Amino acid sequence: MEALTTFAQLLASGLLTGLVFALVAVGLTLVYGVMDVVNFAHGEFLMLAMYAALGLALVGIGPLLGLPLVAIALFLFGIVVYRLFVRRLLAGPPEATVFGTFGLLVLLQGIAQAVFSSDFLSAPRPPFQGTIRFAGLAVSQATVVEGIGALLLTAGLYAFVEYTETGRAMRAVAEDRIAATLMGIDVQRINGLAFGMGAACVGAAGALLMLSYPVYPTAGASFALTAFVVVALGGFGSIQGALVGALLVGMLEVFGGYYLSPELKMVPVFLAYLVVVLLRPQGLLGRR
Amino acid sequence: MSALLEIDHIAVGYDGMRALQDVSLRAEAGAVVALVGANGAGKTSLLRAISGLVRAQSGTIRFAGDDITRVPAHRIVRLGIAHVPEGRRVFASATVRDNLLLGAYIDRDAKHRRTRLEAAFAAFPILRERLEQRASTLSGGEQQMLAIARGTMSAPRLLMLDEPSLGIAPKLIPQIYAGIRAIATGGTTVLLVEQNVGEALRAADTAYVLQTGRVVLSGDASDLIGDPLVQEAFLGIVAT
Repeated sequence: MEALTTFAQLLASGLLTGLVFALVAVGLTLVYGVMDVVNFAHGEFLMLAMYAALGLALVGIGPLLGLPLVAIALFLFGIVVYRLFVRRLLAGPPEATVFGTFGLLVLLQGIAQAVFSSDFLSAPRPPFQGTIRFAGLAVSQATVVEGIGALLLTAGLYAFVEYTETGRAMRAVAEDRIAATLMGIDVQRINGLAFGMGAACVGAAGALLMLSYPVYPTAGASFALTAFVVVALGGFGSIQGALVGALLVGMLEVFGGYYLSPELKMVPVFLAYLVVVLLRPQGLLGRR
Repeated sequence: MSALLEIDHIAVGYDGMRALQDVSLRAEAGAVVALVGANGAGKTSLLRAISGLVRAQSGTIRFAGDDITRVPAHRIVRLGIAHVPEGRRVFASATVRDNLLLGAYIDRDAKHRRTRLEAAFAAFPILRERLEQRASTLSGGEQQMLAIARGTMSAPRLLMLDEPSLGIAPKLIPQIYAGIRAIATGGTTVLLVEQNVGEALRAADTAYVLQTGRVVLSGDASDLIGDPLVQEAFLGIVAT
């Protein structure tokens, strides 16, 4: 009986963790899907969002009110980065985007180091610090808020891409940019929008994560690594794939941390990654 | 009276290779104009120059009296020119409906879209049955019909078709041409690029023959069908 409760407990916390991974990963997969760019600086966008959320918390704006502000700020930042930088990389050879966005990662980490130092900073008196008990399970309020917020935003992004006129144009650009151009779609505009939306996802994620994580210059890197695994597992470019992959990774991490040992929590994650990449290189829900 | 499309002395090249040299062409409003020639003659390059996917190095392209030589590709369709590219290029993982709606991307008016959808179904009835299927599940011929129908969804004044019969099962080619004739009858000007010279000349009012980037012959399509050069080079008929 106790083993069963433990299992249910782990399942719940694995799913909640996974939902936050999903929100980080959908931003990455959207950008890849639309313009074939793997944004290596995605985690650094998250780090910037966390600092922004921290700044807002210091002036008394809490995470839920701050979330749309940070998301909008990151959306605009993403569009600027696309226009000034990524657009030029796309004109070059395919490797240009790899080295270019990796360079951006180094640059943003360096700037954060210089401006904020490497100290771990946490929001003062964050809300939702209680514990929710339900049917013998105990989960922190913060993880529930993070999980629900992430789920709503991921679902919102999916609905946008699937059901709006602009989302349809994004899918068209993702599939064939020449044909999309012939439909009258301005590919540069759609790319910029997708890049901004990808950044807005980590903007929202950053605001949510400030509920339970400290921020420091390399804070985004570990999330980004997980996001890469999630996206590769779920299928590059697939939003549903990112959600499925993220829930899987969240659960494997939590179960691994409990049944193996906390230091080995990533082992089952990377094993699953290897198995999927070997047997189904396009990912669980990927095409091609 | 000036023609709907007037191309004057354009040259197009890629990486130092000349694809088109000193090509001039006119398409009168409401006409079907065929552009025929062997593989590599420059037919596709001409369409790409008109739709802005490549830049003409010299010469001018005028549409409805306006110079469109340097208009960006994504604006061309707003001027009333739809380009159905070679190889169909339908959005394979999107449904037939989404493909058609993307064809009408520049006009979000629901009423316009419904009218055009009905017109597209009139030209290609099979698309109505396939509406909710992914384009990738269609046969090659059906995909070609979808690509043409998608082109008509912006209600273009000029519809440019690149090799609509290439790689299509022969028994479907008459259906595709029936659709093209229906679209032309509705008043749309059609610029038709084909390797299938016989089929193209029968559908067209006027025609141009391209050879290694130059226009070598032009005139009424019915005259060109009888031209010994055309018969020998493209129709496999050798004069005796």
